[in-house]
Amino acid sequence: MRSEKSWFGKIDTITVSLYLFLVLFGWMNIYAAVYNEEFGNIWDTSQEYGKQLLFILTGFVLIGLILLSDARLYEFLSFPIYLITLALLALVLVAGKEIGGNKSWLIIGSFSLQPSELAKVGTALMISRYLSLKNVDLALWRYRWIPGILLAIPVAFILLQPDAGSALVFTSFLLVFYRAGLPVHYLYAGAWAIAVVVLSLLFSAPNVSIAFGAIGLIGLWLNGRRKKFWLPWLVGIGLSISLLFAADYIFNEVLRPHQQTRINLILGLEDDPRNAGYQTAQSLIAIGSGGFSGKGFLNGTQTKFNFVPEQSTDYIFCTVGEEWGFLGSVFTLLAFLGLLARLVILAERQKNAFAKYYGYSVVSILFIHVAVNLGMTIGLVPVIGIPLPFFSYGGSSLWGFTLLLFIFIKLDAQRWQML
Amino acid sequence: MKRNGLFWFLFAAIGILYTLRLFTIQILDPQYKLSADNNAKRIVKIYPPRGFIYDRNGELLVANQIAYDLMVIPRQTIRFDTLKLSQLLRIDRKYIRTELTKARAYSPYKASVFLKMLTVDDYARLQERLHQFKGFYVQRRILRHYPQNFGANAFGFIGEVNESFIEEHPEYEMGDLVGKTGIEKSYEEVLKGKAGVKYVLVNNHNREMGPYMEGQFDLPPIPGEDLVSTLDARLQSYGELLMTGKRGSIVAIEPSTGEILALITTPSYDPNALVGRKRSRNYSALYRDSINKPLYDRGLLAEYPPGSPFKLLVALVGLQTGAITENTVFSCHHGFHYGSLTVGCHCTGGPMALRTAISKSCNNYFCTSYKAIIEHFPTAQQGMDVWSNHVKSFGLGRFLGSDLPTGRKGFVPTTDYYNRVYNGTSWRAVTTISNGIGQGELVVTPLQLANMTAAIANRGHWFIPHIVKKIGKQKVNNPDFFKPQRTTINPKHFQVVIDGMFDVFEIGTGAGSRLEGIEMCGKTGTAENPHGQDHSIFVAFAPRNNPKIAIAMIVENGYWGSRWAAPISSLLIEKYLRDSISRPDMERRMIEGDLSGEYGMSVKTRLPL
Repeated sequence: MRSEKSWFGKIDTITVSLYLFLVLFGWMNIYAAVYNEEFGNIWDTSQEYGKQLLFILTGFVLIGLILLSDARLYEFLSFPIYLITLALLALVLVAGKEIGGNKSWLIIGSFSLQPSELAKVGTALMISRYLSLKNVDLALWRYRWIPGILLAIPVAFILLQPDAGSALVFTSFLLVFYRAGLPVHYLYAGAWAIAVVVLSLLFSAPNVSIAFGAIGLIGLWLNGRRKKFWLPWLVGIGLSISLLFAADYIFNEVLRPHQQTRINLILGLEDDPRNAGYQTAQSLIAIGSGGFSGKGFLNGTQTKFNFVPEQSTDYIFCTVGEEWGFLGSVFTLLAFLGLLARLVILAERQKNAFAKYYGYSVVSILFIHVAVNLGMTIGLVPVIGIPLPFFSYGGSSLWGFTLLLFIFIKLDAQRWQML
Repeated sequence: MKRNGLFWFLFAAIGILYTLRLFTIQILDPQYKLSADNNAKRIVKIYPPRGFIYDRNGELLVANQIAYDLMVIPRQTIRFDTLKLSQLLRIDRKYIRTELTKARAYSPYKASVFLKMLTVDDYARLQERLHQFKGFYVQRRILRHYPQNFGANAFGFIGEVNESFIEEHPEYEMGDLVGKTGIEKSYEEVLKGKAGVKYVLVNNHNREMGPYMEGQFDLPPIPGEDLVSTLDARLQSYGELLMTGKRGSIVAIEPSTGEILALITTPSYDPNALVGRKRSRNYSALYRDSINKPLYDRGLLAEYPPGSPFKLLVALVGLQTGAITENTVFSCHHGFHYGSLTVGCHCTGGPMALRTAISKSCNNYFCTSYKAIIEHFPTAQQGMDVWSNHVKSFGLGRFLGSDLPTGRKGFVPTTDYYNRVYNGTSWRAVTTISNGIGQGELVVTPLQLANMTAAIANRGHWFIPHIVKKIGKQKVNNPDFFKPQRTTINPKHFQVVIDGMFDVFEIGTGAGSRLEGIEMCGKTGTAENPHGQDHSIFVAFAPRNNPKIAIAMIVENGYWGSRWAAPISSLLIEKYLRDSISRPDMERRMIEGDLSGEYGMSVKTRLPL
């Protein structure tokens, strides 16, 4: 065992530095996005940057509490914490306040909380706990039901709000399951399913199904003498064709028109700069106008003039693009990827299975947020309203991500005691 | 087995893909660039043209005109010569200072209106000098224009939204216009259209250089939809002309549809007075004229006792309940007498049946009938319930559900009401006898009175009055407007009442307004007015069979019905059915008739501009 150093000495400074950089740089961009000469005081809590500053400072208090606690607590308490977050998710459906058609917010006095942000932490703890149990082997069917259910419950609650964006985040746990031994062909099947869905929307389900049928026949003709080839090939083709029509049905009958439009825009099937396309068009103008080195801090015009919607929350990256240019954008992207990479390294060095899987949960959740949010602002991903971790304005999301990250940092700092 | 390769692959893929994308949009593709100057792109809001309003025959009543607002973006301004600007625009320098302060307080980045509605001259002069004033630019606006000068209260006016309105309707922005009254208000949703956005490039002299990116991101405005109103322009303007110098209201309805042909209230004003820079001063002059109340739509809001026209309903209720028949004869000796109570009467006297009683407007006949109705039932309370339900079935005492933004219920007294007033059930038919002749607690609006007349003209049913026929190319399809509202009176009882109304013109109180060749049916009224001279009231419809028009009108302090209201109604019916006037003397007498002596002041509000 290593000699006892202070708690602080064992904390991974690279991760913490990246966290501090992202939070503070994020705050600067919120300040720039809503900057107004009349209200220059950074502590002005009537403005979003003033509130965010309060959120950051309370976040530091949270960090302090986590670092002072015993890391073993989290493994021990994962089930109760999971239950509490589920209770909050249930509560918000009953007592939540409806904002913009979604019942996602609990309002307690002047304080508002988005339980779906905390549910990510609770679910990550719970799933890591289950995966770390002895004997659990995701290569076997009988061990797959429980994590599936643990994941499905919060997703179901969040879909009832309905907040499809937050629910989507939970698909990132597939990466954790993969790391925990889920056979790789599930990921291939997932990727294939996405490809099939996109094909069905691009070329219409009946056309694609005819093509699949033709491929099926050709495959049989080529390999028809091998008896073992028949069953999986026919099942695969059959499932693909059913998926085609299921996707077609869901797209046309289940999705609401604005969601259809968002998907069509990305696939290039629709051109609509007035409504849904407007956000993306404005976002691209803002980022594109930044050029190589940007217009400089507080000099952006696109984000400030309210062209870009949700400029301090989901579209905060527009301010980075406009004021800091290509250099600032790529630097921010690299900072996020650097943090993710560092977390993978930390996760791999955990000797305790719980800590390892929890680390991968953190990586996966952060990854999907970063990939989807940045992809949305640069027009590569449909418009899905999820925040950019540590960057976007909002107390619940900042605290949620801070908790998520620092519980892992604490686990890592104490990894020698958790064998 | 280590399975973290996938993670490294994903990070690398996202890193490379997103970096390439950022490189494309930020460096390679000029599509998303602004010019080097940060302020080179300007966003101009394009106001949509508001929908036009036509009359039922396609005549244009409400149109649009172009005006220009001078806008300012405080952050873009640099020191400029305020004296020169004040001379250019003929405004004082204090105005410049206060407006700039206001604009800065609203937002340093967003455009504020600096000076509203420039004249074409000012605009032309300014355009040449605009480069000297950075941060200022001119924005096109669309204002209302009225080719005719009547109908102001029916159309209503538009005005700028205020902050409390924006709070409730976040889709509006400061500077937007919204319908405040009349058709403009009730059809705001379809008239307003949707604003567009134009991105223009400006050079460093603040001059427009052309569209940004060939207008790719511009959103064209969507014009508001045109309305075809049910109003008849000839009737509306002619009615307002005949009401010159008089206060009051005329409402005309097409009985077979409920379409409002004319909605007149006087004194009124020229709708063009509330357009442009002169608007606010004119508006406050009109608003402050608390005697003439030119902004008050009497046709919808004023509640009057209906007077004698209400006798028609008393007759119908009497027939329906069996309290009287058309052959019931009552004898009149200068009025209705009961104990110490007397209701005087100006009819020729003697015994008469229902038809004659209507044409002569015999007070005794209808007081006695009213008493018979109430006493037809075991208690006065039960009688009153039956009576008021019948009366209410004509649309009195309640909102009609029209497409006009305002209205009044009027009042039809009920058993509950009298129980409250008399503190119990001690009251009798004679206690409430003035109901028999349309006086007392009963009050109606002119719109309700016209609707009642239409219901009689239709022999027992009416359609909810409405003022808009078509939105764009589509007929208004509110099913409520096409469903006949049945009165509780059997259609067979209407014949004798209509015959009596016919006699009003032939031999009765309206004989002076008779017109050869058109079978008119009407009823005069003189509503007692405790505040001054009695009101002159008249209701009429024509022709007798297949009626095309039903009218109700009131001339305030106009003495008795046949003096003003009956001749004006008769002229309007002639105008509507024949489109010509055969009685120029009567027409002149009506137009020149001026009651300002009665009111103690002119009915015309003096406007400052």
